[in-house]
Amino acid sequence: MAEAITGKTATETGGFRSWMARAGQDVNFLGAAFLLPAAVFLILFLSYPLLLGVWLSFTDARIGSDGQFIGVENYQSLWGDSVFWLSVFNTVLYTVVASIFKFALGLWLALILNENLPFKAMFRAIVLLPWVVPTVLSAIAFWWIYDSQFSIISWSLQQMGLIDQPINFLGDATNARASVIAANVWRGIPFVAISLLAGLQTIPPSLHEAATLDGATPWHRFRYVTLPMLTPIIAVVMTFSVLFTFTDFQLIYVLTRGGPVNATHLMATLSFQRGISGGQLGEGAAIAVAMIPFLLSAILFSYFGLQRRRWQQGGKD
Amino acid sequence: MSMSNISADLRDDQSVGMSYLSRLPQRVVFVYLPLAIFVFVLLFPFYWMAITAVKPDNELTDYAHFSPFWVVHPTLAHIKYLLFETSYPGWLWNTMVVAVGATALSLFASVFAAYAIERLRFAGSRIVGLAIFLAYLVPPSILFIPLAVMVFNLGIYDSKLALILTYPTFLVPFCTWLLMGYFRSIPYELEECALVDGASRLQILIKVLLPLSIPGLISAGIFAFTLSWNEFIYALTFIQSSENKTVPVGVLTELVRSDVYEWGSLMAGALIGSLPVVILYSFFVEHYVSSMTGAVKE
Repeated sequence: MAEAITGKTATETGGFRSWMARAGQDVNFLGAAFLLPAAVFLILFLSYPLLLGVWLSFTDARIGSDGQFIGVENYQSLWGDSVFWLSVFNTVLYTVVASIFKFALGLWLALILNENLPFKAMFRAIVLLPWVVPTVLSAIAFWWIYDSQFSIISWSLQQMGLIDQPINFLGDATNARASVIAANVWRGIPFVAISLLAGLQTIPPSLHEAATLDGATPWHRFRYVTLPMLTPIIAVVMTFSVLFTFTDFQLIYVLTRGGPVNATHLMATLSFQRGISGGQLGEGAAIAVAMIPFLLSAILFSYFGLQRRRWQQGGKD
Repeated sequence: MSMSNISADLRDDQSVGMSYLSRLPQRVVFVYLPLAIFVFVLLFPFYWMAITAVKPDNELTDYAHFSPFWVVHPTLAHIKYLLFETSYPGWLWNTMVVAVGATALSLFASVFAAYAIERLRFAGSRIVGLAIFLAYLVPPSILFIPLAVMVFNLGIYDSKLALILTYPTFLVPFCTWLLMGYFRSIPYELEECALVDGASRLQILIKVLLPLSIPGLISAGIFAFTLSWNEFIYALTFIQSSENKTVPVGVLTELVRSDVYEWGSLMAGALIGSLPVVILYSFFVEHYVSSMTGAVKE
C-alpha cells in the first residue's frame, strides 16, 4: 500500500524516486532486472561460446594463435578422415547399446523397487550411489576391475573354471567397447531407475486392480496399463540419457583414452585429443560442432515426448 | 483354493494393495533375487575401491596366497601417503572452494530468474523458460574448446576462478528449472496478500517465497554442489598447475605416473574424493531424489 501511494505522489513530483517506484510496479522491467544475473552467465558463458565454437570450426586456430578463416576446410578434412568416421560410429554404437541396456535394466529395477519391499527407502538410497559418486573416480575403480593381469572378474571366472587366460578387457577392440559400455550402463541405471520409479508411483493402483478383476495377467497389466502410463516419462528420461551418453567424455578418457587403435574414441574424446592435446582448436571445434545435429534431433524427440504428455493429461496444447 | 481359505488369508493379511496375489516363492524369484543381484553389481565397485585402499602392496597382486575379496593385514599406508606426500589435500580444498563458489553463484542467479519466469509473467517469460530448458541440454563436451579460448583471453586460465565462472553454465539452467517447479507449487494467493499489504516484489521473494522454498533450495543446492564436485572436462582443460587441480583431475593426472600403477593410493584417492558427496547425499537422500525426478517430470 505504502509503495503504491508513494509511486502515485512521486509521479506528480517527478525525479528518480518516481522512476524507481514505477519500475518497481512494471513487470517487464522487474522481469528483466531479476533475469539479469542468470542472463549474464548464460549469454557470456553459454550462448557466446556456442557461437564462438562454430566460428572456430571455420578457422585454423591453434593454441597460441588466433587463426584465419578457412571456410569449410576443417569439415572437408574430417569428411575424408577415417578416424573421425570411426569415432562417429563408436559414438552411435556406444549410445544405442548403452541406452538400450540402461532402459531395460533401469525399468526392471524400477519395477522391482515399486514392489512392497522391506527397507524400501534404504534400497532406493543404495541404488542411487553410482550416480552420486564422481564418474572419474568410479571409472578409476573400473579401470582396476578391468586390469589386464589382476582383474577380479578374470580371477573369479578362472576360479570357477570358465576361462583359462585372464580377459584382456581394455586391450582388445571388441572387449574394450563392451567394457566401457558396461561401465557406462552401471553408472546410468540409477538415474533411469529412480526417475521411472517416480513415474510408476504416480500410476493409481486402482487401474491395476480394475485390470486384474477383468482377468488381466501380470504381463497384460504391464503391457496395457503400466507402459502406456509411463510412456511420457520414459520419453523424457531416455532423451536425457541419450544426450548425456552421446556427449560422454570422462569414462572413455579414464579407461581407454580412445584406444586400442581408436576403437573406443567417441566424438567428444576425439575433439579433446585434436583440439586441446593436439592444439588444433579449429579441428577440435569442428568435431564438437558435428555433434550438434545429433543433439538437436534428440531434443526434438524430447519436445514431442512432452507434447504427447500434455495431450494425454487432457491439458491444452 | 476354497472360499474359506481365502477369507482366512484375508483376515490375517497385512499386505498392501494387490500384493496378496503373489506368494513368497514367487516373490523370491521375481523380486528378491534380481534385487540382490542389482544391489551386488551396483555396490561391488565401491567395495572393491575400499578394500583395495586398505590392502598392503604384497597382498594386492598376490591372488595365490590371499583371497582378493578380503584383506588380511589392513593398512593405512596408502591413505597416509595420499594425505602427506601428495597434493591431495590441496585438491580437496580446491574442489570444495570451486563447488561452493559455483553453487552459491548459481543459486543466487537462479532464484531471481526462476521467480521472474514463474511469477512475474512478463512479456516473453514462456520463451525465456523454454530457452533455459534448452540451455540445460547444451553439454559441456561441445563448449569446452571455445570456453578454453575465452578463459585464456580473459586471463583467468589455470585459476579456480575459471571454474567458478564456467560451472554455472550447466548449474544455472538446472537450478532455475528446478526452482521454477518449486515456486509453482506455492499458492499464488500468499503473494497476492503480500502485494495488497504493500510489499514489493523483492520483499515478496525474500520474505514470503524463499522461506517456503527451503526444501527446493536445499535440493537445488546439494545437486549443484554434487555436479560441480563431479565435473571433469572443464577442470581438465582449464587447469594446468598441480596446486589448482580438483580431485578428479588431480587423481587421474598426478597419481597415475608410470606403467606401474599404485592401485592402493589410486583407490584411496577415489574413495576419499567420493566421501564428501556421499556423506552429503546420505543426509539429503530425499532431496536428491526429488531434484532428480523433479527435473525430469516438470
